Formats: sequence, structure tokens, C-alpha cells
Amino acid sequence: MATTLEAPRSPYARSARKNGVNWEKWGWLYMRVSGVLLVVLIFGHLFVNLMVGEGVSALNFAFVSGKLADPFWQIWDVAMLWLALIHGGNGMRTLVNDYAATPLTRGIFKTAILAAVVVLIVLGTLVVFTFDPCPAGAAFADLNPKFCSAL
Amino acid sequence: MPQSPAGTLTSQQKTSSRRPAGTLYRGREGMWSWVLHRITGVAIFFFLLVHILDTALVRVSPEAYNAVIAQYQTPLMGLGEVALVGAIVFHAFNGLRIILIDFWNAKYQKVMFYVVLGLWVVTMLAFVPRHLINVFSH
Repeated sequence: MATTLEAPRSPYARSARKNGVNWEKWGWLYMRVSGVLLVVLIFGHLFVNLMVGEGVSALNFAFVSGKLADPFWQIWDVAMLWLALIHGGNGMRTLVNDYAATPLTRGIFKTAILAAVVVLIVLGTLVVFTFDPCPAGAAFADLNPKFCSAL
Repeated sequence: MPQSPAGTLTSQQKTSSRRPAGTLYRGREGMWSWVLHRITGVAIFFFLLVHILDTALVRVSPEAYNAVIAQYQTPLMGLGEVALVGAIVFHAFNGLRIILIDFWNAKYQKVMFYVVLGLWVVTMLAFVPRHLINVFSH
């Protein structure tokens, strides 16, 4: 018996509307484009945070503030944040479509995924762009002396 | 709907009578790479949720951030980071394999799966010893 599977970028039957945008195709393409970018961004992130110097044991507020005070790493981290959350959220949506059996459970899971993605994108973006490397009241020993020596 | 939709992936190889034609995703390399891609993808997604929240603590206070990040430096979490990086590296290389299947040629999907496994081993050999030394020597 020859079984044919539709390509994953095919639209759902119900969404093949007269003038409709094929969102499933654009989602499929997004996974590939963001995937390539994320390989570069995340491998770079892992290399700088886990491989350079003493790796994970060197991570603390002073290390992170040294990065987040630099526009280069701000853009890097925000790009990772948006690309990875939307990539991951869309991937989870695919799994819900495959495994959640009823319209109600699909709706609940997809709403939860969307809420988590939106909340974390907003939170993460605000954190990166409102970050203060030398917060008032912090112990000097916790801070990065490169930025906070004037305190 | 057309009987056989255009753009469907078809394997170039001969299919035995026990396997359905028209898909790379049932049985052997095609299926196991797909299974691993899903499992690693879900694991990475849930780590990402936690990781954004822990990083957001830089906006609370240095003490709060340092207290939580210290948990990532324990031996148990150090081993967890090996699993995390292993999942990410597999998902990354297999994702590039999927792109090559879709945009280049599905004919080489099996050999590309073994290339993915080989690159995974090489990458992990570069990462794991160095990471474990960083974790266990502090």
C-alpha cells in the first residue's frame, strides 16, 4: 500500500481560503531561517559562556553585566530571545497539533504556549534594554569594577 | 485535494514491502532522527523558559542573580549542562540536515544522519572534558 504524507508546509484544508495567506508555509520557512541563525547565535553564546576562561564557574552578575552593558551582546541576546522563543513556540504548536486529541486541549495548550512566549519576549526584551550594570544599593564586591569604579 | 499533493517528500530509495512509500519519517534513520529532534526540541524549550527567568534576575539584584546562577555551578547541574548542550548540538546539526533534505536532496538523508552523529561526537569531545573540569575543579 502506498501511503502519501502531505508536506508539513501544506496548509490545513480548512485554511485553504480564497485569498488566504498560507501561514503554515511561512511558519515552515521561519523554522529553517531562524534555525540557521540560532545555530550561529547559540553556539556563540555557549562558547563565550561555557568554554572561554573558566566556563560556567565564572558566571555571576559581574560577568553578565560586562556583556549586557555592550550593545553588541544586547543585540545578540535579544535576537536569540525572539528567534528562539518563536522557534520553540512554533515547534511546540506542531507537537500539540500532532498529539492533543480534542479541540479543547489543543486550544488550552496553544494558548498556554502563546502566553509563555509573549510574556517571556516582553520580559526578556525589557530586562536587556533597561539593565543597569551598577544598581544602587548593591554590594560593590558583586559588581563589575570596569563599569562601577566611579561609585 | 489532489490525490498526491505536490511537494510531498518522496524517498529516492527502493522501499521494502514492509515500509510505506512516500515518507522518510517512518523507520530507521529517518524516524529516529525525527524522534530525537522532537525530544531535544521539547527539552530545550522548557530549559529556555527557565533560563530567561533566571537571567531576568539581573534586573532584581546582583545577590538574587548570583544566588540562582550558583545553582548552575553545582556538580549535578554541571552534568545537566552536558545533557543540555548535547541536546542543543544534536538539534542544531539535525536541523541543518533537515534544511538540506528540504532544499537540496532527500537522497542523502541517511548518510547525513551519520554525519550529524559524527559531528555531535566531535563537538561533545571538545566540550565535555573542558566543561567537567570547570565544574569539578571549583
